[in-house]
Amino acid sequence: MTDATSTPPGGGARTKSSLMTLDNRVRRRNAAEARFRAYGIAAVTVGLIFLALLLFAIVRNGVPAFTQTFMTIPVELKADKLDKNGNRDIEEIKKVSTFGYKPLIIDAMSRTLADNGIESPFAKDKDLEKMVSASASAQIRDFVIANPGRIGETVDFRVLASSRVDGYMKGRVAREDLARDKNLDAEHLDVTDALNEAGVLKREFNWAFILGADASESRPEQAGIGVSMLGSFFMMLVVLGLALPIGVAASIYLEEFAPKNRWTDLIEVNISNLAAVPSIVFGILGLAVFIQFAHLPQSAPLVGGLVLTLMTLPTIIISTRASLKAVPPSIRDAALGVGASKMQSVFHHVLPLAMPGILTGTIIGLAQALGETAPLLLIGMVGYIASNYPDGIASGFLDPNSAMPAQIYEWAKRADPAYYERAWGGIIILLLFLMTMNIIAIILRRRFERRW
Amino acid sequence: MYDAPASEQKVTQNETKIAARNVQVFYGSTHAIKDVNVEIEDKTVTAFIGPSGCGKSTFLRCLNRMNDTIDICRVEGDILLDGEDIYDARVDPVQLRAKVGMVFQKPNPFPKSIYDNIAYGPRIHGLAKNKADLDDIVEKSLRRGAIWDEVKDRLHAPGTGLSGGQQQRLCIARAVATEPEVLLMDEPCSALDPIATGQVEELIDELRENYSVVIVTHSMQQAARVSQKTAFFHLGNLVEYGETGQIFTNPVDPRTESYITGRIG
Repeated sequence: MTDATSTPPGGGARTKSSLMTLDNRVRRRNAAEARFRAYGIAAVTVGLIFLALLLFAIVRNGVPAFTQTFMTIPVELKADKLDKNGNRDIEEIKKVSTFGYKPLIIDAMSRTLADNGIESPFAKDKDLEKMVSASASAQIRDFVIANPGRIGETVDFRVLASSRVDGYMKGRVAREDLARDKNLDAEHLDVTDALNEAGVLKREFNWAFILGADASESRPEQAGIGVSMLGSFFMMLVVLGLALPIGVAASIYLEEFAPKNRWTDLIEVNISNLAAVPSIVFGILGLAVFIQFAHLPQSAPLVGGLVLTLMTLPTIIISTRASLKAVPPSIRDAALGVGASKMQSVFHHVLPLAMPGILTGTIIGLAQALGETAPLLLIGMVGYIASNYPDGIASGFLDPNSAMPAQIYEWAKRADPAYYERAWGGIIILLLFLMTMNIIAIILRRRFERRW
Repeated sequence: MYDAPASEQKVTQNETKIAARNVQVFYGSTHAIKDVNVEIEDKTVTAFIGPSGCGKSTFLRCLNRMNDTIDICRVEGDILLDGEDIYDARVDPVQLRAKVGMVFQKPNPFPKSIYDNIAYGPRIHGLAKNKADLDDIVEKSLRRGAIWDEVKDRLHAPGTGLSGGQQQRLCIARAVATEPEVLLMDEPCSALDPIATGQVEELIDELRENYSVVIVTHSMQQAARVSQKTAFFHLGNLVEYGETGQIFTNPVDPRTESYITGRIG
């Protein structure tokens, strides 16, 4: 050992250093690492804060939509109004329109007030009508047509309060707003307070919001998302039925069988590009091809499903190909080695191993399709279906319908703040569906995952 | 480039099973195997040795047309199995691979039960008429794979749960389950520890009774232990082919000598 060989390559004499003190270079590197970690934590925190804000906003704005204010009023089904001839002929009873029921409701309201010892602040009883939903007269008429024998009796009906009364109960409508609101004045709110104290008004969970049909602009308290949920369901059936087999077959062919040449390269590039095409482009394509050229009915879940299939296919193909690629080649070799044909090796060995990935990709694709709005607007999947099922959607795939996200968009567009609340509520339901689908995807992946 | 004519070396007791005539293999523009002539005998273990990248695995994969799965691979020349050209247009590689089984470098059991691993080949080739038949085949194959005693109580446990050496013997059992005539082994022990290697080598020696076994190996000791014939490949050429004892003690070609004495490779 000479001095020359022990000199460090940098040259010069090595200074004695202690391991107990950090040198400058190490200190700088540690500082850089600490900074990087801080950036990472900050980024994650910002993300989490936004997520929390989003969830908070959705829950706060949306949860009130699930409850609704009801009141129970004793309605006297006056024979002289509903059945003038007294012969209980169902055809003649049907001739009385919902307008004919208004006076009954007004009577019932004033009687309710009197029963509870509330003095009516109105000069005319007619003003009380605004407290009850416009749906009440239809509800009572339906009852009378179904039970003509009960004309003449006094029956207790549980009817919806009007959206303003409901809003006041929920805190959405305040007294300061009355100046801008022609439909309500301070007296109504006084009566509402009194009825609430008397226990006539009840805020209860409203199944009709989840199961019901849309309603007209003037009666948001009646609107529900149920029919458009069914529309979405039919569309998802179409998407699942078409996109899964087509997508999986295409991916298996491209990944396992197709020769690698210019054509398959071109196809590959195009599939990747299609996945990035804005959904509204698929919408206008669907409008041109399925509706204007093929003359399929507008607003039908079939057409919506076809458009969403086009949109979902690239997602499914890309994820399926990725999971086929992830199957180790040794499995293919093993199968070919014992004399399996190409197809047997794919269907017996490769496909089962790729299944969790394929299913996950499909469900993610479906979830994406479920939340898609833009293409549906272009093909008119915003049908206004006010009648509840089964009447409104007798044959499903070809009848006009709406879809959940399109319905939410429609509600958000309407002027009444009560509809704004329902849009948030609809978003909660949509998110629940998406979360369920994602959870199913995770469970499937866990369940079918195997190691090799 | 054929230095030692095989005919001169051969002390023939067995008939020729596979004969390769002027085989050339190209990967795209790369000439991977150059003009190989070799005669592989029945009921014999033939070892292919040589440095990495010399083409021994490539040549092995030609023998049951596993190279068909590589798009850019092109094979010229004739490879005859019992006198029939396996690259003939009329030959379906699926039928060929049932006759020429293969064991791979890394144990690659199917992610299924031990039973299904063995039963898969017989099932797709229709070798079993009924369940009892299949059970018989599975037992016989596992016995031949020298693994029956270890797994007979857990035939329905996953094959991937076995140890590395057991997995490799399972793969050998799987390969013999289809009743092949030739067994190709591509470095079957390179992923195994010495004990498992010993078991597999013992097994190879037993298999010699029924099959023609071709084994590619990196370990010259292994070639010396298990084979009767050895072929030395170098840079795509078959440099020397002959009796294992002769190759290791008295090689004709200087390149062979350099390799086995550790000067090249």
